[in-house]
Amino acid sequence: MATPSDWKQLFADGLWNNNQALVALLGLCPLLATTTSATNGLGMGLATTAVLVLSNVTISLIRNLVRPEVRLPVFVLVIASFVTAVELAVQAYFYELYLVLGLFIPLIVTNCAIIGRAEAFASKHGVKPALLDGLAMGLGFTLALMVLGGLREFAGQGTLFHQAHLLLGDAARGLSLSLGEDFQGALIAILPPGAFIGLGLLIALKNVIDKRLAARASAQGIKTNREVEQSTAATAL
Amino acid sequence: MSISIASSPHVARVNRVDRVMLQVLAGLAPGVLALTVFFGWGVLINIALAVVFAVLIETAFLLARRRPVLPAIGDLSAVVTAVLFAISVPPALPWWLTLLGMLFAIALVKQLYGGLGYNPFNPAMAAYVFLLVSWPVPMTTWLPPAMLAEHALSFGESLQLIVSGALPTGLDWDAISAATPLDAMRTQLDEHLSIEVIRQSPLWGLVGGRGWEWVGVAFLLGGLYLLWRRTITWHIPLAMLASLGALATLFWAIDPQSHPSPFFHLFSGAAMLGAFFIATDPVTASTTRRGQLIYGAIIGATVFVIRTWGGYPDAVAFAVLLMNIAAPTIDYYTQPRAFGHSRGRT
Repeated sequence: MATPSDWKQLFADGLWNNNQALVALLGLCPLLATTTSATNGLGMGLATTAVLVLSNVTISLIRNLVRPEVRLPVFVLVIASFVTAVELAVQAYFYELYLVLGLFIPLIVTNCAIIGRAEAFASKHGVKPALLDGLAMGLGFTLALMVLGGLREFAGQGTLFHQAHLLLGDAARGLSLSLGEDFQGALIAILPPGAFIGLGLLIALKNVIDKRLAARASAQGIKTNREVEQSTAATAL
Repeated sequence: MSISIASSPHVARVNRVDRVMLQVLAGLAPGVLALTVFFGWGVLINIALAVVFAVLIETAFLLARRRPVLPAIGDLSAVVTAVLFAISVPPALPWWLTLLGMLFAIALVKQLYGGLGYNPFNPAMAAYVFLLVSWPVPMTTWLPPAMLAEHALSFGESLQLIVSGALPTGLDWDAISAATPLDAMRTQLDEHLSIEVIRQSPLWGLVGGRGWEWVGVAFLLGGLYLLWRRTITWHIPLAMLASLGALATLFWAIDPQSHPSPFFHLFSGAAMLGAFFIATDPVTASTTRRGQLIYGAIIGATVFVIRTWGGYPDAVAFAVLLMNIAAPTIDYYTQPRAFGHSRGRT
């Protein structure tokens, strides 16, 4: 059933319209705690995405076998298994990142975004849409974490993607950006209040953009899809 | 020419915002004077910089929000925020920290919440805490009071220090900076020195730090002026100073060698400034009479607790911000009973 327009819709929802961090406001605990730098945010986001994709696929596969009365414990069990696997993988391959993220990787299991998608989407759809949904939601979450982490790191330390090689290998050393040792950053950005202020500003920014887009759309007059298609077809001709 | 005719009673209207703010500024004058006498030109330079930044930022944000500019600037609330901020920070604070502080206070804490009257937090104190947490070193580098200074900074030297961070030739930071009395008391108490020993240093005056205690007296005078003009009521200042004083007296009576006297607490740091000028902010404080007593008392107690056992030498800003969050709840539970209504909740 997954047509290209469905994919588009899934990704538009995951990355923007229903962004788990900025719109649904789910998974705030890891979001606020681990976004002290862009690298940490990216690492945490990718770990969450991996769990989200795997759990969405599995839950979609078993959705007809699980009785509705026990579905939540089963979902939690599935998610917890994948979280354990991801934790061990991070510990094995990105040990220094594991030390930084610490407790928050096992805590992915309590991330409401994951069980939210399992309950709201994966348990009602086939494997392919569930996989795409997990990927889209995970990437949207990762993006929010990385942007927030980047903002906090830049304001607090004057660096960007500092220690990116911990996650992406030595090739990523060139990605690091620094304003130099003398930069006196705002320490508060890296401390917990900075997470709340930064997240608030990001959500406000997203709302402003949405409002502008809506205002522009209504100013141009609401076109139905058919009209848009016709006009594009006309210009193509 | 038209002559406006008003019927009796002929009473000056005191509830206009700009008039209240002017009186607050007048009330601050003795304290500002004392600070300038003891800590030099930097105080006045900071005030001037902060006022200019605050007004410019407020104007920019009002324009961006498409709100009328002149009424909001003319109510002087931004000026009062700037002055309160500038007299809370060290007199040699680099100019860009004043700019960031005002940006935080006016743009984030005040305008993003909707402007004067909608801000849940006191802008000046929020900015102070923002800077203190972010840049602890410049925010705690105080100058010694004039009578203890090896070298009193001239106007030009102060300006140069604030604008470029360049120290006068032949001097380093150690020569021109000094710990505040609260800081010195804390550090030495942590080293298990008795107060009798600590007070032998020339840093100390009658009850608090030399110079500092007179700044406290000046703010007390300004606060009494505000009470006399009925710009503020007695509830918050009295409750705050009484709870701070009572707790200090209790611990001082138990162990006078490791707990400074209540007068030290009342006339050090920002206790007087906070009690009369900061905790009484009509926007962010509690509004019911009983609520104001509770609000002030908890601020005083928090100040004592943080000063004695907390991580910072002074705590007025933290205490005020904490109670700002609590003010709506306090108001909710202390609504006065309307005449004729029963005591029970409906």
